Amino acid sequence: MATLAQDKPKSWLSDLSLDGTIIRLFIIVAALFAIFSLARPDAFPTVRNLQSMAFQSAEIGILALAVALAMLTGGIDLSINSTANLTAVLAALLLTNFKDTAPELAVVGAFLIALVIGPLCGAFNGFLVAHVGIPPILATLGTMTLFKGIGTVITKGAAIFAIPQFAFIGNGDILGIPIPFIIFLVVAALVGMMMSRTRYGFEVYLLGTNPLAARFSGINNRSVLMRTYITSGLLSALAGLISLGRTNAARVDFGESYVLLTIMICVLGGINPAGGAGRMVGVVLALVALQLLSTGMNMVLFTSSGANFFKEAAWGATLLLVLVVELISARWKQRSRRKLKSEG
Amino acid sequence: MPSIRNLLMRQEVIIGLTIVALSIFIGLVNPSFFSTANVFRILRATIIVGMFAMGVLIVLISGGIDVSFPAIAVFAMYVTVSLIRSGTLPDNLILSYILAALIGLGLGLFNAIFIAWLRLPTLIVTLGTLSLFRGVLLFFVGSQRIRIAEVSPSLTELSRANLLTVENPGGGVANLHLAFAFLIVLAVIVWLLLRYTMLGRSIYAIGGDREAAERVGFNIRRTQFFIYAFVGLLAGITGLTFSALSREADPFSIVGIELDVIAAVVLGGASITGGRGTVIGTLLGVLLITLMSSSLVLLGISSDWQRFVVGLLIIIGTTIPVLQARLRRRVAA
Repeated sequence: MATLAQDKPKSWLSDLSLDGTIIRLFIIVAALFAIFSLARPDAFPTVRNLQSMAFQSAEIGILALAVALAMLTGGIDLSINSTANLTAVLAALLLTNFKDTAPELAVVGAFLIALVIGPLCGAFNGFLVAHVGIPPILATLGTMTLFKGIGTVITKGAAIFAIPQFAFIGNGDILGIPIPFIIFLVVAALVGMMMSRTRYGFEVYLLGTNPLAARFSGINNRSVLMRTYITSGLLSALAGLISLGRTNAARVDFGESYVLLTIMICVLGGINPAGGAGRMVGVVLALVALQLLSTGMNMVLFTSSGANFFKEAAWGATLLLVLVVELISARWKQRSRRKLKSEG
Repeated sequence: MPSIRNLLMRQEVIIGLTIVALSIFIGLVNPSFFSTANVFRILRATIIVGMFAMGVLIVLISGGIDVSFPAIAVFAMYVTVSLIRSGTLPDNLILSYILAALIGLGLGLFNAIFIAWLRLPTLIVTLGTLSLFRGVLLFFVGSQRIRIAEVSPSLTELSRANLLTVENPGGGVANLHLAFAFLIVLAVIVWLLLRYTMLGRSIYAIGGDREAAERVGFNIRRTQFFIYAFVGLLAGITGLTFSALSREADPFSIVGIELDVIAAVVLGGASITGGRGTVIGTLLGVLLITLMSSSLVLLGISSDWQRFVVGLLIIIGTTIPVLQARLRRRVAA
């Protein structure tokens, strides 16, 4: 990681600096925006549409950041959505129980629940991965099912409703900017800075690149993994609160397609699934690109169900395309490097 | 004669003993568990997951992972049934199965291009093709459910065909569906393939240590091409069988089962990092998960607990091999 080896203090803008992946994503975002604006100038480039896209993408964005963290360590977190739904269910239960007596207190309580449940779920994942030694994909596959199971036992599969006082977190806006999107941007900036500027972030990249080298350079791999999965759980819980506020209901099977979707966003955003490389700016840009694509398709094709199917196909095709482009550019780089070496 | 300690180091033995203990326990609580009808019901519930699991087993042994097989299955199944409905394909069971298998093979080869030829990571590639195949199916082919009884007499006949019919002492009969034989035949084929062919050895070899396998002279590219094409073919056949069992071709079905199948295979002792896994273990893993999730009601436990129990099972099932490995290291040291 070139960004890690710097001696000089970084400027505040260095987190947004450009590299091949980021430039490619910028081009994709700009192209999608231009195409759909030309196709539907009446509806696409409007403030209302931008707002609605921002409302829709926040919770998926936060979940994608959670997955990105696990991926940087060389792992994965499939339990994000179950953690989010379990948090939403417990928060909704608290809200409905106190809706007549102390609604404001209950809103505060809902946030406290998220602060406890998210890290608790994450710590369990971290324990299984770091201490027991189960491969992350299996450990979180198990907890994905387990957390969902706990939610099912609590709710008996039914939806639990929230209260109007809680809606602001999912539906409110400040100066026209949706609150969930503001939360997402703040979280993305915090996580981004944590990864590029703190000792912890440095350790995550090193662990993801080579766990053995990380251990021999004195890094406590277990503790890094624990902290990563705990953070991932906390972010998931936050996403759960936002979806509870936005839809005014909590269900254990809400958003099941999010798990694979968030992995896709991370890979599109340049996070290496093997760990050690990738930046949060990329994840944010990939999220924006996918949201533009799906909203744009809805508007161009008019029918929303048909557009959903087309969108699914387009996502898959885009992912494969990006993989191939990254592969070709990596091979090309390798070849030119070899050429330089043989000439020098 | 292997010692008891060595036997307990094998995941198959542990899973097998768990199944026996669990069966006795459920049977004691509710004697109707051992009725022929109930046993047949559980066996029927293992057919689809079991057939998929055979493909997933091969992929896991080779050190890869495939989440696209349900999309391949539903694609092959729905296209085949649609063609029968439109009259393009004559309503002949053998022809239908050949077509579904070929469609599956084609989509499997599409996966193989990215995985074997371009050497891209298997999870991410199949994640992309899962989405691509299903999206193309729903957008270009159709999104309406088709009732099998209305379009295909031959598939309807298959849906009613039984392998075994046993008369109950209390009157009535218990039937075991014919498709259970498909699972058994498939399991035998995969077992022979893995155990007695060079191809099977090369699958274990590249999963165990890719670099070493390459140096010894195994052709990794060709082996991977075979693996993903074979999984596609299996998925096509399983998809059509699913439509016969459920008596409808629903383009929204099957997808979503992928993680459950992987969990069953892993529970059966296959290693997600490759190189390890057996047919027997996989069948036992499928049986244990089916048994757990279909017998809660017999125990008087609300079916709300099903997910919870399966999740617990996966965590325990994946912890055991890790602990065994540690124990082995300690014994060796």
